Amino acid sequence: MTGPAETQPVVRISGVDKVFSGRDRGQTVALQQIDLDIHAGEFVSLIGPSGCGKSTLLRVIGDLVQPTRGTVGVNGKTAEQARRDRDYGMVFQAPVLFDWRNVEDNVKLPLEILGKPKAWRAQRAREMLDLVELGDFTRHMPYQLSGGMQQRVAIARALSFEPRILLMDEPFGALDEMTRERMNDEVLRIWQQTRTTVVFVTHSIPEAVYLSSRVVVMSARPGRITRIVDVDLPRPRTDQSRETPRYFELITEVREALRAGGGDVDDSGLPSSARTMAEGAVG
Amino acid sequence: MAAGPARNEIHLLERELELEMQAAQPRIPRLKWRRPFAFLVVILVILVLWEGVKLLGGTPWRAVGAGPGSPVLWNPPFRWAFANDLNLPHVWNIAYAMGQPFQRGKDVTLLQYLVGAALYTWREAVLGFFLGSLLGLGLASAFVHSRIAERAFVPYVIASQTIPIIALAPLIVFAMGQGVLAVVVIATYLTFFPVTIAMLRGLRSFDPRALELLRSYGASKVGVYTKLRFPASMPYLFTALKIAATAAIVGAIIGEDTGAIQEGLGRVITTFNQYYATGPEKLWAAIFVAALLGITFFLIVRVLEMVALRGRPGIDA
Repeated sequence: MTGPAETQPVVRISGVDKVFSGRDRGQTVALQQIDLDIHAGEFVSLIGPSGCGKSTLLRVIGDLVQPTRGTVGVNGKTAEQARRDRDYGMVFQAPVLFDWRNVEDNVKLPLEILGKPKAWRAQRAREMLDLVELGDFTRHMPYQLSGGMQQRVAIARALSFEPRILLMDEPFGALDEMTRERMNDEVLRIWQQTRTTVVFVTHSIPEAVYLSSRVVVMSARPGRITRIVDVDLPRPRTDQSRETPRYFELITEVREALRAGGGDVDDSGLPSSARTMAEGAVG
Repeated sequence: MAAGPARNEIHLLERELELEMQAAQPRIPRLKWRRPFAFLVVILVILVLWEGVKLLGGTPWRAVGAGPGSPVLWNPPFRWAFANDLNLPHVWNIAYAMGQPFQRGKDVTLLQYLVGAALYTWREAVLGFFLGSLLGLGLASAFVHSRIAERAFVPYVIASQTIPIIALAPLIVFAMGQGVLAVVVIATYLTFFPVTIAMLRGLRSFDPRALELLRSYGASKVGVYTKLRFPASMPYLFTALKIAATAAIVGAIIGEDTGAIQEGLGRVITTFNQYYATGPEKLWAAIFVAALLGITFFLIVRVLEMVALRGRPGIDA
């Protein structure tokens, strides 16, 4: 049910470089020679150490940052055209809710900008809030919600206009481990329900493996793709998936790839026993 | 070893439950009685100090509204010039004067006369307030969209306020002719400044990530302005409007004085100033009403602010 389809890729990144030129610090090569195809319905994670350009790559896909060289095609269009066509739903590490709007009005925000009819906006917002299980909180103000709930509102908002591609930049990085695991299951459920293509930036190896169809491993300075790991864990994934030997093998594979790239990455999400198990599975 | 993670999980569960419960109950803003109460206490203290000073060093006390020939009720031990009946009339004599005709032979009391004048001034001030606020908002909106315009014009906006308004007011009256229009222009001149400066900041006070978000929806500049810049600037706007409200009243009073408008507080204050020696209570009464007008206008803006910013964090409404 996952795996690259035989169709045209949804996102085609070819030969992308991104060079930031600072005023006094000279040039920083954030991305170098990035080639990546993402297919319809895939869940792709970008993982790598801080400063490897994974967030930049996500923003290049979303046309929030322009590449210095190379091209990004989305459904055969330019990234800019795709943005104007509202192909992207963005979710950031912080929920970025508008604190003068209640939960429902926050979800309606993109629909207002798209000029959708009023009745439809309200109905759609309710549906999306039900989807993220916040149907009882429509009239709450953002500050009245916990971090996890706020992030769920942000996801509902991103999905409200049915974008083809969901771009998520460390969406659960600020949440505690338990909430994060629950949110992971929630994202998987939504992904399966909506059949959206997801590009997911994280620095947690277990999270990347648990969620993804493919994990794209990046290294820093210059930021480039060092390895792509296919995750063949069966779906639907549950807590049981987290205890299979294959899960640990894949985690090890990703970690080795990261180490080969010379980065240090947060794997503190794993219990220490699991870490040794994963190590043992390889050694 | 096993107890560690289990306890940790229970702790996390508890924390989450707590958060969800907190979230589940909407916060109902409690009515605050303390603030108006504190305000009244301060007024009381001022009155006590006022009369206390007169008790120690004022003119000999006589009955309310009575002339110099009437019997002395209390002879203060000291004679302080600042506390005599000319410089600091008794509070009750000011109140008494308010109930008397404002001029000999007229059947309108001083209070009615002053309130009438205050309402006249207020109408001019409100007009100036609206025009000035719109001008300030317009300028700030233009400046945040054009760095060049900002660099070119903001120094002049600031320079405009370094000229004393009493120097400028006659020029405005010459240019516009005597009349309400000149008064409104002067009030506008004093109000546009705080709004411009505050909104230059306010319209940029949004979360930059929110701008990225709107860009990802393909929002236009107008969309960014109406959905993000303007709503995010509201706390700044209302802070400026509160300053502008009182500045508009000051502007209107100065304008009336310069423009020789007969009906407003400006003229009343000038007249009572001229006849201070024969009726100091009248000028004090006029000052009191002018202050009340400023406070009232301020409070109206404050109420609008509480309504407009309802539900935002950090705004105690």
